[in-house]
Amino acid sequence: MAVENPLGDAVITTKLDAFIGWARKWSMFPYPFVTACCGMEYMSASAARYDLDRFGAAWPRFTPRQADLLLVVGTINHKLSPVLKRVYDQMCDPRYVVAFGACTVSGGPYDNYAVVQGIDNIIPVDMYIPGCPPRPETVLDAVIKLQAKIQNSPQEM
Amino acid sequence: MSELLTIPLLQELFGETILESHAHRGDETVIIPPQSLEEVATRLQQDERLRFEFLMDLTAVDYLHLDRPKRFEVVYHFYSLTHNRRLRVKVRVDDGEPVPTLALLWKTADWFERETAEMYGIKFAGHPDPRPLLLYPEFKGYPLRKDYDQRASHPLVESRRKGESA
Repeated sequence: MAVENPLGDAVITTKLDAFIGWARKWSMFPYPFVTACCGMEYMSASAARYDLDRFGAAWPRFTPRQADLLLVVGTINHKLSPVLKRVYDQMCDPRYVVAFGACTVSGGPYDNYAVVQGIDNIIPVDMYIPGCPPRPETVLDAVIKLQAKIQNSPQEM
Repeated sequence: MSELLTIPLLQELFGETILESHAHRGDETVIIPPQSLEEVATRLQQDERLRFEFLMDLTAVDYLHLDRPKRFEVVYHFYSLTHNRRLRVKVRVDDGEPVPTLALLWKTADWFERETAEMYGIKFAGHPDPRPLLLYPEFKGYPLRKDYDQRASHPLVESRRKGESA
């Protein structure tokens, strides 16, 4: 670091964006929007064995107004889609959306009259997790990639 | 358990009303006209020798591509707890031809008939609450009919992808 630092190790210098990004990526409060069998894998990923808490994303908030991370876990059909849109609209910025499992990514095996063919038709998605259902390792990989995305993006304040 | 128990009795009771019957491994099936359904069903439930207390399932089949005189078959599965016996009753109807409701005799028929009505467009005359059961009011068409467009959908939220339906 080129900045002269007369205080030695007592102070570190950084950029504001990097500092806020670091804080945000380690304190994601997830809102689990669980509708189907992928919920089992979400439970597994968040419980002790795989432990989402290692990434600061353990504490589910069951109100979108207190959540940063919308985990859409399971099939979303057209009848339900206004509810998902409303939950997303109630979240405060910065907010992130993870499409968890094949159904949320593309409709999965359900290419029919009832199911939304990918939740990105309804809300913007930051991270897509494939799998039917995805293994917890895949979920952790997505969370780590989302952390990198948060860290490396300009922070809105 | 392969002897026929219910079909001969029904033939004795209703004669020509039983249009057809068959049995496979002890599962007995009778086909009756829709205008006799109420009479036959009441008897099935209340006659001591029949006592079909339980309507296990009710659905329809669309025979669009088989060129039958009547397009649909409405299928009823009855179970008698008293006699430990099953009976399948089929009613053949054309598009728009009403079938009498059984919701006043078996409460399970209420939701089954609502589902069959919204999925196949079959009218159940006299149903106490004929709203759709699973589909939303904006939905158009009857999705389990054979001529329903597989790509059709009726989104409630406008798609974010331009020029594409959800």
